[in-house]
Amino acid sequence: MATSEIRPKDPGVDPATGEYRVIGPGQTFRSITEKISRIVLTPRTPMGWFAYFAVAGSGTTMLLVALTWLFLKGVGIWGITQPVAWGFAIINFVWWIGIGHAGTLISAILLLFKQQWRNSISRFAEAMTIFAVMCAATFPVIHVGRPWLGYWLLPLPFTMDVWPQFRSPLMWDTFAVSTYATISVVFWYMGMIPDFGTFRDRAESKIAKYFYGVLSWGWRGSVRHWVQYETASLLLAGLATPLVLSVHTVISFDFAVAVLPGWHTTIFPPYFVAGAIYSGFAMVLTLAIPLRKYYHLEQLVTERHIDNMGKLMLVTGFIVGYGYAMEAFMAWYSADHWEAFTFWNRAFGPMGWSYKLLLTCNLFIPLTALWSRKLRTNIAFMFVLSIIVNTGMWFERFVIIVTSLTRDFLPSAWGTYRATKWDYMTFFGTVAFFLFMFLLFVRFLPMIPMNEIRLLLPQAKIKPKVTAEAGD
Amino acid sequence: MPAREGIYGLLAEFETPGDLVRAARQSYQDGWRRMDCYSPFPLEEAAEAIGFHRDKVPLVCLLGGLLGGSAMFALETWISVIAFPLNIAGRPMYSWPAFIVPAYEWTILWAGLSAAFGMLALCGLPALYHPVFNAPNFRDGATTDKFFLCLEALDPKFNAAEARAYLEAFQPVSVVEVEY
Repeated sequence: MATSEIRPKDPGVDPATGEYRVIGPGQTFRSITEKISRIVLTPRTPMGWFAYFAVAGSGTTMLLVALTWLFLKGVGIWGITQPVAWGFAIINFVWWIGIGHAGTLISAILLLFKQQWRNSISRFAEAMTIFAVMCAATFPVIHVGRPWLGYWLLPLPFTMDVWPQFRSPLMWDTFAVSTYATISVVFWYMGMIPDFGTFRDRAESKIAKYFYGVLSWGWRGSVRHWVQYETASLLLAGLATPLVLSVHTVISFDFAVAVLPGWHTTIFPPYFVAGAIYSGFAMVLTLAIPLRKYYHLEQLVTERHIDNMGKLMLVTGFIVGYGYAMEAFMAWYSADHWEAFTFWNRAFGPMGWSYKLLLTCNLFIPLTALWSRKLRTNIAFMFVLSIIVNTGMWFERFVIIVTSLTRDFLPSAWGTYRATKWDYMTFFGTVAFFLFMFLLFVRFLPMIPMNEIRLLLPQAKIKPKVTAEAGD
Repeated sequence: MPAREGIYGLLAEFETPGDLVRAARQSYQDGWRRMDCYSPFPLEEAAEAIGFHRDKVPLVCLLGGLLGGSAMFALETWISVIAFPLNIAGRPMYSWPAFIVPAYEWTILWAGLSAAFGMLALCGLPALYHPVFNAPNFRDGATTDKFFLCLEALDPKFNAAEARAYLEAFQPVSVVEVEY
């Protein structure tokens, strides 16, 4: 069925399978290595890179201004107040950490499932994870009001002998997020060691040779090392898989453990995890589409990748849709007056526009369009769609946090929420910081894992001696 | 490490992974033991060919994970029961279900760190210097597109002239001496 839909003459399609190729035809080990290492080892940085870097850098400066003012004045400069004490900081925290999840899914879960097409996109998806977690981790720390006391979250024996309280989900969060950040960095760095070895050997300038030589830790490609390296990669993937599922589960406990209507529900853990992966794939597309065009990587990040990510978004989007449906169902079925009111207030209350926006961005547009293979491989459409889904997922967190908090049990305690310019500056500042880090990554580190791409080539297969003598 | 004199071994360069695996398998069968293969991507067949079957990374990972998880659980129990008992809504001091989450995270954290750093330690990395880097053709190909077999001088069978003739029989691209 799929074969007839796409043009059989398309060079991107493998005639044997009727699927888009994972790697464009006619590549060799050397051509791939050249293509990827030239991006980093070139002495000439493209002007466009500087232009983007300047924009991202000014946004990061804006973030620094917002944070400095916050440290001087306190969290009163934000729109948070009673009853909405969480506001933008926690919305952004959940949104950013969710974005990170697709990176781990691509690098770990798809590795365990032997989905080799993931090899081209795994490295920058992991980088995306790390930068997203950096942005995410900023928010709870600055939200506590006295960020210089943030280390109180750790079980350290202070002079006054105070220890943390381990029965709180907020404490679990500290461990989940810090473990997630550490394991992601280790997995990412370990994956780059062989590629640093390649950079060391291909670098022309002395500084680059030293720099990548030290980063590669003396990797020399011994097959004994490779076997242990592969075992460690698989083990880390096997560990990262339950980890990534636990991180957003623990974050959803921050909500679900509270008794607040709209938060106190058991669907939250799976629904949060699916939403996280949904938005994460959208972010991978937002980053991958310009990158492959700008650095001419169409042969390595092919239509197949865009298509597959579209399919994964379709799946996770439906799980998210199930979550929304269950929330509505439970509001009715629980026969809980407050739960029913919260749902009504979400959909039709003063902030009902945000709920409608989220349904449009997360369900109506993507879950109708992504069925079509034509649209899934339409690069421009997928880019626009990825932005739409990211917006929708941000509003999902907005809806969960703000509409539940503004109107809880007692009408006399009701309030409203309006973000200030400092909220917006901090949020868009982290977006700029994310891009800033990503641009540095693209310029100085191998954004596509060369050693894993080599494995995808037909030359990497070991041919029996008879055919080797007869054929090549 | 004391400075050594003489040659480290003989390095044969091959064009395809298949040639390397065949040469490595034959040498192992002929009794060579001190040898290694170098490849730009994971080549399990070559490792098997030179008799490297089992690695200890999973064991290190398991021990790290068990240690991390039990350490965190013990710390939580000690803090909540002995060092800093707090009455939180009348819950028991030893409320173990709540302690599972941080202990679970630490299991993963220490298992992961042990797997990654244990792997490096078992490989003997970081090792910024290694004799094979002295070979003129090694750095151009070993991390890009060439496959190398090195017979090391420490092998009791090693004799420079005979080993060279032995390697030439596999029709490699080149055979070079590697110095310390």
